[in-house]
Formats: sequence, structure tokens, C-alpha cells
Amino acid sequence: MPETHEPPSLFSAAVDACKHMIFSLQDYSLLVVRAMGNAFTPPSYWGDTLEQMDLIGVGSLGIVVVTFFFIGGVLVLQTAAQFQRFGETTLTGDAVSLALVRELGPAITALLVAGRNASGIASELGSMVVTEQVDAMRALGTDPMRKLATPRVVAMVLTLPLLVAAADFVGLIGGYVVSYFTLGLGAIQFWTRAVNALEFGDLVQGFIKPLIFGMIISTVACHQGLRVRGGTQGVGRATTSAVVISSVTVLVVDFFLAKALLYIFRS
Amino acid sequence: MLDVSTTAPLTGAPLVVPGEPLIAFQDVHIGFGEDEVLRGISFEVWPGETKVLLGESGSGKTLIMKLAAGLLRADSGKIWVMGHDLGEMPEDELLRFRRHIGFVFQEGALFDSLTVEENVSFRLREEGLPEEETLQRTREVLQFVELEQAIDMYPGDLSGGMRRRASIARALADRPPLVFYDSPTAGLDPVTSQTIITLILRGRDIQGVTAMLATHRVQDAFGLAHFRFERESNRVVPIKPGGLPRLEGAPAADIEQTAGSTRTSVLVLRDGQVYFEGTAVALLHPADEYLKKFLASAE
Repeated sequence: MPETHEPPSLFSAAVDACKHMIFSLQDYSLLVVRAMGNAFTPPSYWGDTLEQMDLIGVGSLGIVVVTFFFIGGVLVLQTAAQFQRFGETTLTGDAVSLALVRELGPAITALLVAGRNASGIASELGSMVVTEQVDAMRALGTDPMRKLATPRVVAMVLTLPLLVAAADFVGLIGGYVVSYFTLGLGAIQFWTRAVNALEFGDLVQGFIKPLIFGMIISTVACHQGLRVRGGTQGVGRATTSAVVISSVTVLVVDFFLAKALLYIFRS
Repeated sequence: MLDVSTTAPLTGAPLVVPGEPLIAFQDVHIGFGEDEVLRGISFEVWPGETKVLLGESGSGKTLIMKLAAGLLRADSGKIWVMGHDLGEMPEDELLRFRRHIGFVFQEGALFDSLTVEENVSFRLREEGLPEEETLQRTREVLQFVELEQAIDMYPGDLSGGMRRRASIARALADRPPLVFYDSPTAGLDPVTSQTIITLILRGRDIQGVTAMLATHRVQDAFGLAHFRFERESNRVVPIKPGGLPRLEGAPAADIEQTAGSTRTSVLVLRDGQVYFEGTAVALLHPADEYLKKFLASAE
């Protein structure tokens, strides 16, 4: 009599999925603690960190510049019509500046970097796992977490705020160029309003968010890459997951961060 | 059997306890999910010995190597390597322990973004050796595996045999006393396989390396058991009676060290257990039906 296997019940499937999720979360938390903790203890791989900063920072600068020039421009196009109704076109500078520094700069730069670099990190580390290069590193007495994950996390955390600063600046230039040609705003009018609109709390928001987003993107990418199973197909899945999970997490965390920071710096 | 009390803290050079095995497995079990792959494995490897693990694909040869290198942890049982109880060591201690062993992976596992030179010198650089000494030792070991001409090439530009040689060079670069070879001849043509076996013989007979070798090629075991590398003529020659000194403390019955043989022993795995343990000569004339079939299929 052949042995028959009953399909798992809905309840047991849900329990298994929950267990899997909790183990993943535990695994991820350990990675975050170890990757960040390694940054403060020797040995350090500063050469690898600089290389990653170049890959992430310089490598992403082009797409960030182009994207934000047009984001700044389109912000002016969309808001100008409203301000024209009240005869307050000079407020365009305020709107562009606040939107970019508080929200669009950190969030969209993070999404761009997640798309470009989270996929790169996950696929690189995933390929190393499936070709046993990570095991080879362990066999040679080197901690893969310290050699592979920490430099990527540190590089991302240090580089993303710089990219956001560049994005904000280029976005404002884009906004100015479009407001000059469509609204006839002069440079002094636009830039004075844009700079004066910003308060200390806005700058803190614009700086803290990319630090946290950088940590999320890099740790999610390293986690997905280092836990690859199932050969090249697994690498593909990890790459997709890294981008999807890090992008969604960034947007969810952005909401709560914005709420908290607005509460802290409420005027 | 190794005394647990000899387990030493990992400071300085690895401990080789005189009169005791370099590796000892005691009733080791490991499984994945509901499948138990190794079911009570016990054996010993003595200093200077070459232990050949034979078995069908999936019999657990690679698992044993990874367990002995501390890359995996056993579900139960004890594993001592160079006086250390691997089950009791946290990962950071295991990392330091692994700096005293070499591991040659089945597909080489070379770092594909590094050149051959960078791959081979990886551990030397990690240990902070002066650059001049690192380069000198890298060149020496690449000469040893006859791969000096490929020093600036990337793994992707190498043939399968060259990749294995580079991997062996990387494992031997720091002159470890213990090296694990995981199917080093798998997927290679007979001529290249012979080159790899010659390199393993050179490591054993010139550097005095203790080794474990996983393979499904019976001829690899016989090659290691009946030939040696002669430094003077720089070639592989058959072992003459009394050709190699006896191993101190090792049980003579298990390891071939009698006339016309080397310090090589064979372990055949079947269904997650040790099916045969003994000399290559004993394996050559088996009374057992499975071993006969195994040898016949290898031919």
C-alpha cells in the first residue's frame, strides 16, 4: 500500500509562514547588529569601504543628477499654476525647497539607490554564495560579514546623505531653470525664498532620513544576498527581493520618521 | 580515542598532540530537514596520513570535509581537530582555527573579481604579511603548482584544471599542516586529473601535509597509496618497500604503511555510515558485494 501524504492544513501553513518570517527577522536583526558592530572593531577593510563608496556614490551620481533636475522642474510646473491663481509665484522657491529637502530628496534618492545598488549587492553576494566563494572566505579564516557586509553598509550609510545633498541642490537648480522660463522668476527671488524657507528641523530631517535609509537598503541587500539558496535562480529571486523589500521598507519607515521628526521639530 | 581533556585554547600555533590523531570524529550525525545524511560517523586521521573518502554522490563526503573544517556544525557527536573540540568553538574562534588549515573546494571557489595572485595571497594579506614577503611566497607557491604564467589572470580566463591548481596554491600558500581536498579531480579529463593528484603528492611528500581527500574516483586513492613524489628527480615514482617512515602512534592495521605502500587509508561511505575503513590494498580485493560493485563501476 503506497504511503499517502495529506496536504498541509491552512492553519499549519500559516504557522509555518509565521515561523519562517520570525526566523528571517531574527536573521536580519543579527546581520544588522554584526555588520554595524564590526565597523567599530578591528580588523577594518577601509579599502573595500572606499571602493564601495565609489561604486555607490560616484556610480549613482549620474542618475541622481538627471532625475532630480527634472523632478525640480516638474515640481515648479505643477505648483506654479496654483500659486499664479493667488499671484504668489515667488512661493515656488519655498515649495520646491521644502518638498525636496524634507521628502523627495531622501525618499527618491533612496529608491534610486535601492534600484541600482541593492540589486547589485544582492546579486554579487548571492553569486559568491552559490559558487562557494563565501565558504572559501570562511575557510581562509576571514569573516564574510566583516569583509563583505560591513564595508557595503558603512559605504551606503556614509554615501547616501551626500547623494541626497547633491540631489537637493540639483533639484533646486532644475526648479529655478523652469521657474525662470515659465514664471519669469529671477535668481535672487527664487534662491532667497528657497533658502529662507528652510529651518533647522528641515535640514535635520534631510540628513537623518538618508542615514537610516542607507542602513535599510544595504542591510536588506546583504541579507538577501548572503542567504541565497537554489543556484542562479535563487540569485535572481534575491535580487528582486532586495529591491522590493528595501524600497517598500524605505517608504514605510519614511512615513513614521516624518511623523516623528515633525513632532520633534514642530514649530 | 582522543581525550577530551586535551582540548586546548586557540592561542598561538595549533596543537598537535603527540601520539594522538590530528582529526577525530566520534559518532557524528548531521541532517537537513527530515533527512539525516550522516548517521554516526567515527574515524581518525593521524599526522602525516592521507585519508581518502570514497562514496557515491550524495553519500556525505563533502559534508565530512566541511564538518572537519568547522564550516558546518554537527547535530550530535564530537569532532576534534588539532586538539580542538569544534562543537565548543564560537565562530570567531573557528575563523582563527581555520587559518591553520587549507581547503580546496570542488569547483575551486576562487574569488572571481580577484586575479590569481590576489586569490593565492588572500590569506597572507589578511594576516598582514609584508608586501614583499607576500609576493615572494605567492610566486613560490604558484611555481609549486606550475601556474606562475597565470599570475595576473582572472579565474574566468583559466581552464578547469588551472582553476583547481590555483585553488590548491591558495590552500597551500600559508603552509598549513592540514589540507582538505573536496573532489579535486571531479569533472576533469584523465590527464589533468593526474596533474592534480601529482600536486597532492607533492604537497604530502615535500611539505608533509596531512590531508583528507573526498573523491568518487577509486584511481585517486590508489594513486595516492602507491606512488610518491620524488624531490630529486622531480617526478612521481612507485613506492618501494619501506619507502616511507612509519607514522608514530597510528594503528598499523588501518593505515597503509607497510612495504610498498604510503601512509594512506581509505574510508568508503554508504547511506551516511562508514561502510569500509582500511587500506587501498584491502579495498582492491574486497569480499563484500557492494565494494565489488563500487570498484567495478569505477572502472
